[in-house]
Parts: sequence; C-alpha cells; structure tokens
Amino acid sequence: MGWMAWTLPTAIFFAVIGALLLIMSVLAIRYPETPRMGILRMETTRGDRLFITLLGSAFICLAWLGLVGENLWWALGICFVYALAVFRWV
Amino acid sequence: MEKTLNQKAWFLVLPVFLLVAFSAVIPLMTVVNYSLQDTFGNNKFFWAGLEWYTELLHSERLWSAFGRQIIFSAIILAIEVPLGVFVALNMPKKGVWASLSLVLMALPLLIPWNVVGTIWQIFGRVDIGLLGHTLAALGIDYNYTRDPLAAWVTIITMDVWHWTSLVALLSYAGLQSIPEAYYQAAKIDQASRWSVFWFIELPKMQGVLMIAILIRFMDSFMIYTEPFVVTGGGPGNATTFLSIDLVKMALGQFDLGPAAAFSLMYFLVVMLVSWVFYTVMTNLDKKAGY
Repeated sequence: MGWMAWTLPTAIFFAVIGALLLIMSVLAIRYPETPRMGILRMETTRGDRLFITLLGSAFICLAWLGLVGENLWWALGICFVYALAVFRWV
Repeated sequence: MEKTLNQKAWFLVLPVFLLVAFSAVIPLMTVVNYSLQDTFGNNKFFWAGLEWYTELLHSERLWSAFGRQIIFSAIILAIEVPLGVFVALNMPKKGVWASLSLVLMALPLLIPWNVVGTIWQIFGRVDIGLLGHTLAALGIDYNYTRDPLAAWVTIITMDVWHWTSLVALLSYAGLQSIPEAYYQAAKIDQASRWSVFWFIELPKMQGVLMIAILIRFMDSFMIYTEPFVVTGGGPGNATTFLSIDLVKMALGQFDLGPAAAFSLMYFLVVMLVSWVFYTVMTNLDKKAGY
C-alpha cells in the first residue's frame, strides 16, 4: 500500500465517506423509501441527497479556500448546514 | 406462486465492482493522497496540507486554461449541435442513399484521435498542406504555429469535422423514430416547414439531443490528443486546454502534488456538469413517460 501514499487525514476522510455509504445502504434496506419532490422540482432519494451534499460540500470547501483562507473548519460548518438544508428541502 | 427472495444476484455484480475498484476508485484515492503531499521521486512523500489547492485556486495559469476550455466547449457545441441537426434533417430517409450517407457520416468517427490530429496538422501546414498552402496562395495570412487565431480556427474546424457526424447520427435516429402520423397531421393543418421542425421534430429529438450535448461537452471538456498533436498547446499557451496543462504539470514538470489537486478540481467540475445533465435527462424521460 506504500505506493498509494496514505496519510492519516486522507484515511479518515475515506473512512467517513465509506461509513456514510454503509449507513445509507443499511437505511435503504431497513427503511425503504419512495423518492420525493423537493425545491429543485425533481424527485430525489436519500442517496441522491447524499450525493448532492458531498458534491456541494466539495465546492463549498474549494470556494472557502480560494476566497477566505486555509482554515477549513468554518467551511466544514457551512457544509453541515448545507447538508441539513439538502436533506430537509431538496 | 411465491417469489424467491435472496440477495445472491449481488455476486454477479462482483466482477464489475472489482474492475471499477482497480480502474477508478483506487487510482482516485491515490490522487487524493498525492494532492495533499509533495514528492521528489523515489516514492517518498511529505505532507503539504492544502497548499496545492490554495496555490492553484489563485493561479492565473489554471484559470486561463479553464477559461479557454469553457470557450472551446461553448464554441464547438454552438456549431456542432445546430449543424448536426441541420445535416440530419437533410439526410435521405430511406433507400440506398440513406445507407450510404450513414456510412459516410460514420467515417470520421472511426478515425483515431491522434490520426485526426496528424491529418489536420499536415492539412494546415503552409509549406505542404492543402489548406495552408491554398490559403497562403489566396493571400490570407494563415499560420497556426504562430497566430493564436489561426490555431483556434484550425482546432475548432478539426473538432467540427470530427464530431458533427455524431450529433447528426443521433439526431437522425431521433428523427426516424417520429411516427408518420405527426407529419400527416401537420400537413392537414398546413403547417410550415419551420412549424414542423419547431413543434414536432425538435421536441421529439430532445432526448437524443440532450445525450449528444452531454457526450460532446464531456469529450470537448477533456480534449487532449487532437490539439496536442496539432499545436502542442501553442502558440504560447493559446490552445493549452485543461488536460494539456495537467499533463504538462504532471509529466512535464513531475509536480505530482499540484497535478493531483488540479485533476481533482477538474474531476469535480466534470462530475457537477454530468450530474446536471443526467438529472435533466432523467427528468425529461420521466415527463415523456419512458
């Protein structure tokens, strides 16, 4: 695995994403859902909302890095608020 | 009869899962790891944190390559989509001419990208190329190796030549699927040619056109081989698109860290656009009741 140049932060990052996917899969099996219509006027499932959250969060972090600075904890906070909004209204 | 319920079918997905893991997921994870580190070779890495991302987000070089890329994709879409639809509308609908035109339209799509590049590189040369020499003989100052405008015109013409047939073939398939009854109804209503196009043909082609736009956008946004063979990104940086810049950074300068950060940002933009197109397409399908 040496060639993959793992570091602790990136390992944690991927572990969190892996865990999210696992939780969503378990939820999908235990509590099947029907897609719902949100403010984007399109049907979304929980998986779709997770995807929108993760993709949007990546852009939020990049925008923060480009416009504000390197302290990404604030950006992470915004990402959480964004995630809540996506899961509630999209 | 009671339905058997088990999850064994998942094993059938396993080969694809493994293939995607080795061809996409593991390399992507490695790129993420690289993007936060620096290396001087020998597989030794040093933690650099978010330095590369910050540097690139403020880099004039990246933003100008991004700008050129957007302009390039916008221009080729603006030309290829209407032109492809126009060609499809004028292709014979049945008979031997229909087959012949289909084969002719498919020909440019069969030529490998580096060969297309080489063809146009020679074609445009002022000393031996038919196009370059003819233009020079007509007194037009055309030289794609030193004039940025000529380089852009050459690359855009090359892309239009190479890929318009894809849009035309997809539109043609869309047109062929329109039942004759629609045209008969339009005839009874004495609809003009324009109305037939606007109210029957275009809406019926919406799905395939969306696919054509998505494919052409993705391909043009990732274009590398053809401009690399024709201009090598020049003159200066005039035709250095994102992928050319990325390869220069990763392989030319061996800056693996910045190149990894660059490719991840590139990947995010591609993913965002693909998601938007995919969502629009599936919503259109749902509306159409497929």
